[in-house]
Amino acid sequence: MSQAINGAGGVDGATNGAANARRQLMAIGVLAFLVFLVFPALLDPFRLGMVGKYLTYAFVALGLVLCWGHGGILSLGQGVFFGLGGYCMAMFLKLEASDPISTAIQSTPGIPDFMDWNQLTQLPLFWRPFRSLAFSLLAVPAVPCLLALIIGVAMFKRRVGGVYFAIITQAIAAILSILIIGRQGWTGGVNGITDLKTLHGWDLRTDHARRILYFVNALLLFGAIALGRWVLGTKLGRLLVAMRDKEERVRFSGYDVANVKVFVFVLAAALSAVGGAMFTLQVGFMSPSFVGIVPSIEMVVFAAVGGRESLVGAVYGTLLVNWSKTYFSEKFPQLWLVLMGALFIGVVKVFPRGLAGLYESHGRAWLAAVRERLGRLLSGEGRRITPGPPAPASVERPEP
Amino acid sequence: MTTLAITGAAGLAAAVETAHPARKPAEDYLLTVEGLTVSFDGFKVIDDLSLAVEPRELRAVIGPNGAGKTTLLDLISGRTRATSGTILFKGRDITRLREHEIVRAGIGRKFQTPSIYETLTVFENLEMSYPRGRSVFGSLGFRRTPEVIAKVEEAATAIYLADHLRRGAESLSHGQKQWLEIGMLLIQEPELLMLDEPVAGMTSAERRRTAELLTGLSEDRALIVIEHDMEFVKNIAHRVTVLHQGKWLAEGSMDFVQADPKVIEVYLGH
Repeated sequence: MSQAINGAGGVDGATNGAANARRQLMAIGVLAFLVFLVFPALLDPFRLGMVGKYLTYAFVALGLVLCWGHGGILSLGQGVFFGLGGYCMAMFLKLEASDPISTAIQSTPGIPDFMDWNQLTQLPLFWRPFRSLAFSLLAVPAVPCLLALIIGVAMFKRRVGGVYFAIITQAIAAILSILIIGRQGWTGGVNGITDLKTLHGWDLRTDHARRILYFVNALLLFGAIALGRWVLGTKLGRLLVAMRDKEERVRFSGYDVANVKVFVFVLAAALSAVGGAMFTLQVGFMSPSFVGIVPSIEMVVFAAVGGRESLVGAVYGTLLVNWSKTYFSEKFPQLWLVLMGALFIGVVKVFPRGLAGLYESHGRAWLAAVRERLGRLLSGEGRRITPGPPAPASVERPEP
Repeated sequence: MTTLAITGAAGLAAAVETAHPARKPAEDYLLTVEGLTVSFDGFKVIDDLSLAVEPRELRAVIGPNGAGKTTLLDLISGRTRATSGTILFKGRDITRLREHEIVRAGIGRKFQTPSIYETLTVFENLEMSYPRGRSVFGSLGFRRTPEVIAKVEEAATAIYLADHLRRGAESLSHGQKQWLEIGMLLIQEPELLMLDEPVAGMTSAERRRTAELLTGLSEDRALIVIEHDMEFVKNIAHRVTVLHQGKWLAEGSMDFVQADPKVIEVYLGH
């Protein structure tokens, strides 16, 4: 039994791999059923769009499951990568929306409107490649990965870890959002990049387009889950857990710990970036409010609530937190921040392994009990309904 | 097996009685430490230390608390950087290499408290130390081949854990955890194994089996063992180095160093 608990965290091999894998596949199946069938069938376009938006945050939470939950690297700056991915996408869309005809009233037609307002007369050099869709799609993961690589190498090779790493990533989130807000002419400042219209001529703003984007996003999300599962199932997955628990031992087993950390940090950044790009496509804008410290910490809360070791749990956590955020901020706007804080404290103090952990410790047993009681109830009902020799038969049923 | 070890020990002891510094040419030694010094804030924890270990030698390092024994292992394994001096392993300067590079060069190191992966099984613990798939992409492509399984089982047999492969490592007894860590080193196939107090906290039966294990291991690799248990050292060591306040004090067979008045004064006399 204790071994079952050991293995619960990852996709462990030798002992309980098969049963564990089956259970995880079931959990993914249930989630897929919800995302692909239940939500699109039951929700109106507005609410479905919101779920689609939440699911883009789930990419960040998935990255955090890999890098924080398994690898023990807490990054409080994942919004940076989400934002960069989103901005790369938004830059392409903005250029497409800023053709000379629709921007004819500007003093310099053909450049994004916010540049014109900021007295820019030509497109900055770094914007030019984003006229190409291929380049932009490449830049979505590449730019955040490059930044993550630089941060990772600089930090992990010097053995900066734990709280120090978390603080530095938080500082980077603050720096980037200040930078974006400060360079209005290049980035659209605090408003971000807005009024995005078409992708290669395809209007993104229709309900139909949003619905398609929802499914594209969902497919990518399950692709990300599959990728995460694969990584955790390899030796690298076990290495991450080993590193988290006994970094020194891993080093003295001949591994370059820093490289493994850089890899998982870059992978988490890439996932976040895909989420950011899908956010831009679905919601139609990108702004620094997704880059800074607060959104970055919120994203950690999603992963923590879902259970930081569980990929599927991270998606549920993201949905749950965002749903309650929307619900409470609609009903009790003042209370929301307090509730969010309480939730985080609750996760840390009461159920440190999040929803997934609660399910492991209570949910499964409870479900089994419910199923059993339901079964007994149904069979009892069945007996009462069956005609024929009633009461006496059951009374004189002695034990053999 | 034991007779072989004893003659080996006697032969070595005869050759070295006062072997400081190394009298043979450096190529004959597996590990040569020369003029090693490390100081923390001006305090010299290891002070101008030289010693040499031959292939297939089982060397014990003893000394009172604070003599610098663990620091010596830290220096050789790259955990601490030397202030001055050199460490040669198989003729190669490893003084400035990083930990994992030193491991890959062929030096394994066991920590004082058992350092194993508690959340993994015994099998997975051993497999993790298998010397392949150590790079990021190597570990992504690593497969549990029959060869790997055979190696893991071989190591598990050597450390008396062949029947416990499927167990979670956290449920092992303290002594078994110590063995598991030794097994994790064995699977790396090191030419030099360094053990920091391997029998600390073991029962006397476990100590006996550990002595047998280490004696067997020294047939095809060198070992450096730090230990406080003098009886244990006497049983296994070919040669003993005594450290005191970071300095080399004496070296030779156990009987030889035990008879040395300097050693008696600083250590055994207490």
